[in-house]
Amino acid sequence: MEAPVATGVSARTRVARGPGPWLLTAAAVLAGMVVAVPILSVLLSLANPVHAVWAHLWRTQMVELLGNTLALMLGVGLGSLGLGVALAWLVVFFEFPGRRGFEWALVLPLALPAYVIGFVFLGIFEFAGPLQTALRQVAGPELRLPDLRSGWGVVVVMTLVLYPYVYTLARAAFLEQSPEAFESARSLGRSRARAFWDVSLPLARPAVVAGTTLACMEALADYGTVATFSYRTLTEAIYRVWHGMFDRLAATQLAVVLLGLSACLILLERSSRGRARFTQGRRPTHAPARMRLAGGRALAAAGGCAAVWILAFGLPVGQLLVWAVTVLRRDGLPRGFLPALGNSLGLAAMAAGLTLGVALVLAYALRLRPSRSVAALVRGASLGYALPGAVIAVGVLLPLSTLDHALAAAAERILGLDAGLLLTGTAGALLYAYLVRFLAVSLQAVEATLARIPRSFDEIARSLGAGAGRTLRAVHVPLIRRGLLAALLLVFVDVMKEMPATLLLRPLSLDTLAIAVYQRTAESLWEEAAVPALALVLAGLVPVVLLLRTTGGSNRPGLPAILPGGDPIP
Amino acid sequence: MRCALWRRRAFAAAVLALATALLGAGPGEATELVVYSSRHYGNEAAFEAFKQKTGITLKILNASDAQLFERLKAEGDKTPADVLITVDAGNLWKAGTAGLLATVDSRELQTNIPTQLRDPENRWFGLTVRARTIMYSTKRVKPEELSTYAALGDPKWKGRLCLRSSSHVYNQSLLAAMIKRHGEAKAEEMVRAWVANQPILIDGDTKILEAVAAGQCDVAVTNHYYLARLLMKDPSFPVRPFWPDQQGTGVHVNISGAGVTAHSKHKTEAIRFIEFLSTPEAQAMFAKQSQEFPANPAVAPEPLLTQWGAFKMDDLNIAAAGEFQPAAIRLADRVGYK
Repeated sequence: MEAPVATGVSARTRVARGPGPWLLTAAAVLAGMVVAVPILSVLLSLANPVHAVWAHLWRTQMVELLGNTLALMLGVGLGSLGLGVALAWLVVFFEFPGRRGFEWALVLPLALPAYVIGFVFLGIFEFAGPLQTALRQVAGPELRLPDLRSGWGVVVVMTLVLYPYVYTLARAAFLEQSPEAFESARSLGRSRARAFWDVSLPLARPAVVAGTTLACMEALADYGTVATFSYRTLTEAIYRVWHGMFDRLAATQLAVVLLGLSACLILLERSSRGRARFTQGRRPTHAPARMRLAGGRALAAAGGCAAVWILAFGLPVGQLLVWAVTVLRRDGLPRGFLPALGNSLGLAAMAAGLTLGVALVLAYALRLRPSRSVAALVRGASLGYALPGAVIAVGVLLPLSTLDHALAAAAERILGLDAGLLLTGTAGALLYAYLVRFLAVSLQAVEATLARIPRSFDEIARSLGAGAGRTLRAVHVPLIRRGLLAALLLVFVDVMKEMPATLLLRPLSLDTLAIAVYQRTAESLWEEAAVPALALVLAGLVPVVLLLRTTGGSNRPGLPAILPGGDPIP
Repeated sequence: MRCALWRRRAFAAAVLALATALLGAGPGEATELVVYSSRHYGNEAAFEAFKQKTGITLKILNASDAQLFERLKAEGDKTPADVLITVDAGNLWKAGTAGLLATVDSRELQTNIPTQLRDPENRWFGLTVRARTIMYSTKRVKPEELSTYAALGDPKWKGRLCLRSSSHVYNQSLLAAMIKRHGEAKAEEMVRAWVANQPILIDGDTKILEAVAAGQCDVAVTNHYYLARLLMKDPSFPVRPFWPDQQGTGVHVNISGAGVTAHSKHKTEAIRFIEFLSTPEAQAMFAKQSQEFPANPAVAPEPLLTQWGAFKMDDLNIAAAGEFQPAAIRLADRVGYK
């Protein structure tokens, strides 16, 4: 990770002298600690292990739970990796009918919450659904197809909505690469496939690994989908122990296992970057020449893209549309629909901004002062992404309400007034939970782009007399603008979809679209859930389409023109 | 120095203003009750009628039972909640034993709600009754083939039984009641026999009924009103309920119910609200909107339900559902009922 020793050291001593980085580091430490509180409270639950529950779980099902959880994580991880990279490769390096359309359409599934695609898929494909019913009418009533309610069913469904993490980041990385590297490999006699494998893919590795890590963590934290499919994972067990055995402490302790898995993922991601540095000094001088596919190969490429898109987006959204129209015709717009839409958008926008701000502070502090302790803090703050929303929500609720009661007691003593609770049950508490849950998404996107700016740029700017703040404003922000927007939009979409933490922490009478979906699916009113679910998807589409534009239009160069050329990768 | 003083004054003034604003909704004659509810369906008519009658508006916070519990507990004596409504007796029992509900001394509630449907210590009261009963395909099963919950473990039902996961509270309550009624060993034997029949697990009572209709399985256990709602849409829906254990302890029932929070600032109005929900007027509205059985025996169930014939309900006090729920889950884990 180090630049050549001489410049590295001199840069760091210079950095350490200025007041800017000191303040920045302090801010980063503070932010990191605030984010760490709920995660720490999960860890601290281990202080009083609930032996009875652990022993019971070991005796009856721990092996199965761990096996299922790992299988889900690996399945979704590999599936998203394969699908995301393959699709990004197709749309960036080849030309085939419909390519331009697929290029953006393939990101759309990102707007679908996994729990929504889960119940829609079951509705279509289960035994009593229209497909199997029709097949039985043709093939006889004894026809039995493999049951979607199974491990592979969950993996398929979750991969279909999580691959866009890999696809988006991989595609942006491919587009931002200098075509020269690929072309050099070609001119040295590599085939297109080999050149991609040996040059393009390794250069895109940070982005690809970051996307895969996000997909894996999302799979770990998922409760809605695995519950719908009756698939037992650790997250499902957390809910079972908490809601069923009335043992929140034991449930929180189970969440520590998820934290451990999440930490492994993050370490793995870091070590996969290893000592390699992925900066790029030269802006791409021209767009990569796409290879025009013809005949059967063109058909296969277009067909593959179309198949993925139909399964992951066309089919579920089409089904939602059919249900929604039925319900709208019958009942009209559900009561409280518009406020819920407004709340969803407002909360998502605020959370995205807050999360980006914190991610920027953390990532930049780490860049300026890459000490072990700051790095550990930043990594620790990312762990929340693999925790189920409900666990984070409790991790936020307990410390916050303790603080709240202390505040209220103080107010009563000093002012003689009953001020009530000022933090618990406010939008602030909710935003705090979103920050803890989704910081990893922002951090991944910010760091991945920041990592591609050579450190020598900082040194040049600083040696020309610019302070840390000015370097950030004048050099980094313009360069990573797209990464920042990507971070903003990814969190926006994630918050729109978030359900469990919102349920627990939201202010009175503040309903969101996700809550409206919950209220209906909890009563098995699937068709009625379609209206808010569809609105959730459509509202999520706007940022997804924006995301696509920011992460590189087809032929725009990846870095803006102010960059000097010829900076060798240190 | 002066600046600091000014700042402190401004801060105090701000806090004061905020406090007064909050106190506007404080003690005194309540015009608004805050209801924490995990019941999302079939309340509108009764809630609206209460508002019309009293002028008191209701502010509702929906979430799952466990989440409402955590929030009430964390908010402690500062909670804005006045009433807790849940869809399961286990969760009311848990809130009661955790000290989150106030004891309510109301003659009206004690007359309107039968003893087995309310807390022995009067902290919570059932409002509607849900029968968790056996459902069968009218095409492939004759009612004579059915008898008890335990008999679903008969090998003749192998591969023909649909169940909800044991992660769902409705089945946890059913198992809890079986433990209380028959003892842990006997209950375990019964559930083990179900598991030996390799039941198909489906998340959602409506989905289970649709699976029975489509022929994926022939018998199942679900709450009665899901079938009623399907039959209202399609009277020819080929599934009917069977009332099991009529020679024994009767059909397992659960409740949705309500209690006044221990730290409610508007206890009088909160009690009035629950009392109203137990009156024949509100009970009829619940029954009509959700097709549940009224908890108040003075109100007749909906005609669709009476068609299914009278039946004997288990008169076990429903508090057992909470008391034995953790044991029910451990039992399910032991026998591999997922």
